[in-house]
Amino acid sequence: MVLLLQYTLLFASVLILVALGGCFSEHSGVINLGLEGIMVMGALGGALTLKVISPELPAIVIVLAVLLASTVCGVVYSMLLAFACINFKADQTLVGTALNMLAAAAATVIVKTINIAENPDNVSSTVQYVASKKALVVSIGSFQFNWFMLVALLALIAAYVILYKTRFGLRLMACGEHPQAADSVGINVYTMRWAGVLISGMLAGIGGIVYITAGVSEWKFENGVAGFGFLALAVMIFGQWKPVNIGLAALLFGFFRALSNVYSGFDFLAALNIPSSVYNMMPYIISLAVLAFTSANSRAPKAEGIPYDKGSR
Amino acid sequence: MARNNKIEKESFLSKPAIQSIMASLLCIVIGLLIGYIALLIINPVGATEAIITIIKNYFTYPSKAAALKYLGNTLVKASPLLMCALSIQFCYQAGLFNIGAAGQYVAGAGASLFCALSLGLPWYVCLVAALLAGGIFGVIVGLLKAYLNVNEVISGIMLNWIGLYTVNMLLGGVKEVSSPYTLSIANTNPGALIPSLGLEKLFSNNKYVTIAIPLSVIIAIILKIVLSKTVFGYEIKATGIAKDAAKYSGMKEKKNVIVTLFIGGALAGLGAAFLFLTGYEQWSVTQSSVPGMGFNGIAATFLGGLDPIGTIFASYFIQHITSGGSYLDKNVYPSQISDFISSIIIYLCGFVLFFKFFLNGRIRANKERKEGGNK
Repeated sequence: MVLLLQYTLLFASVLILVALGGCFSEHSGVINLGLEGIMVMGALGGALTLKVISPELPAIVIVLAVLLASTVCGVVYSMLLAFACINFKADQTLVGTALNMLAAAAATVIVKTINIAENPDNVSSTVQYVASKKALVVSIGSFQFNWFMLVALLALIAAYVILYKTRFGLRLMACGEHPQAADSVGINVYTMRWAGVLISGMLAGIGGIVYITAGVSEWKFENGVAGFGFLALAVMIFGQWKPVNIGLAALLFGFFRALSNVYSGFDFLAALNIPSSVYNMMPYIISLAVLAFTSANSRAPKAEGIPYDKGSR
Repeated sequence: MARNNKIEKESFLSKPAIQSIMASLLCIVIGLLIGYIALLIINPVGATEAIITIIKNYFTYPSKAAALKYLGNTLVKASPLLMCALSIQFCYQAGLFNIGAAGQYVAGAGASLFCALSLGLPWYVCLVAALLAGGIFGVIVGLLKAYLNVNEVISGIMLNWIGLYTVNMLLGGVKEVSSPYTLSIANTNPGALIPSLGLEKLFSNNKYVTIAIPLSVIIAIILKIVLSKTVFGYEIKATGIAKDAAKYSGMKEKKNVIVTLFIGGALAGLGAAFLFLTGYEQWSVTQSSVPGMGFNGIAATFLGGLDPIGTIFASYFIQHITSGGSYLDKNVYPSQISDFISSIIIYLCGFVLFFKFFLNGRIRANKERKEGGNK
């Protein structure tokens, strides 16, 4: 039971971080379908940091170093999206998809190159970080508290405050609702959209490292992040682009994802003898059902997905 | 005289087809260049040889017979890729981004292999089963999109994973005892193999070369005709360009969305059958990631300038470099460098619209300047 709670909170943290990323990007008017790819890049940065950092360092240093590495990787990678979609008005769906594929391929190539350099016979795409991963968790009884849970909570509070209580947040949202009106009162729409995408890069990058350190101590980068970036988008839509609702939606989705990790620990679930594939499918089926019920009256930002052109009305 | 040449050159450049080809070639050149730089960073000593290996693919074999045989292998895999690309391309005409092609491909693979191995049906029935399975996956996306306003990209991705785990479960019953792979069709039910009608003789008796290859090209040509010459094709395109205008002029845009996604799904499903019913590959029931075929189809579609005929060449090219990547020395260069190049190419395709806009702007400006001078 404690294990279920622990995994639910962990996966919910991932979903909160990434969905908030999507939320910032979409409120500024850019659909970020590349979240999945940004997660992979953030995960790569974080995993390599965990691999090379000395496990003897104080835990707080390790946590901060990993956060910094993931943030930098995520932000830099999301620039590719911002550059193409904001400055060159490229098709956002196409570029997002390209980024997802590029991240999977690039991460595999990078990890394999590093592995081959260490040992020519090791052609796997796996990064191991078992030693320094201990720094990320604190045991409270049988519950393993992960620092990233706190990070997700802080991100949630910060997102709420920034979006609704600051000038920056309100301007950002104006650019996603009616960019021409925002421009007419002197807001630079391009700058705001760049800000939205870079924030999403930061949050998704952190989400990536949280995901790959949840429960495992090595990651095979050929597998990417298994559609989690898209699950986060479903969470965002279910949460109607509002931070608090996103937090609640993430808990629900996190619960179903956690169930597939720990169902064998429950006697009554194990007794049902349902194949593990069914549990693996669960989060995707739930999100499909949830989307079916919530998309009809969607409160999506009105101008999302439309490249801003100063000349058009 | 020189001036006439220049005008001719400009009108030549302003043709949309020429612009598309130029843009695609530019994407390929830049993509390969970035791939080469990556190879240089990994290991500068063999980088030049490596990029040449990727480009040469089967030409690396000295004997003509071996080269022909491996050309056959590349074609065997290019044909499902072409089908996935056509699926995405067809849906894109209606303004739908069918990223679910990957899942529809998986559904087609599951249905065709289940019919072939478990039910022992002949190949043509397996093909129809794959077509329907892919189509049903497409229709689910279509229904959700048309009636419940669900973004087709997100529902498509969800169905990719649902499809993968379902097919793994479904084919768990027909796998080899000692491996995670499905039984060989040739041993279990040879009648389910797509016939070759003598085609294999052209490729040094490569038994995987079947009529699937010409079939996929014929389907591409049919789609070209449907899109450019029929009322249905025009309706699809009209829905893609302006959904509300299409609705206003009496087209049933909901029905069109669903039908389009059915056809898209059927194409991808059929594509899977074109690969798995040759026996070239066996399905691994423990695979935990969605096969890349559907995603590579996106690359082929956009590289082909969103035209069925262009897509034929683009699919071949993408498969060519992907196969070429497998000849790299695995202890020096990761074979995923080919995927890396393909994804760079897709990313660059995002700039194509801007490139055309820029080119047309230049041509128009030149023209105006000249006309001004003539007055």
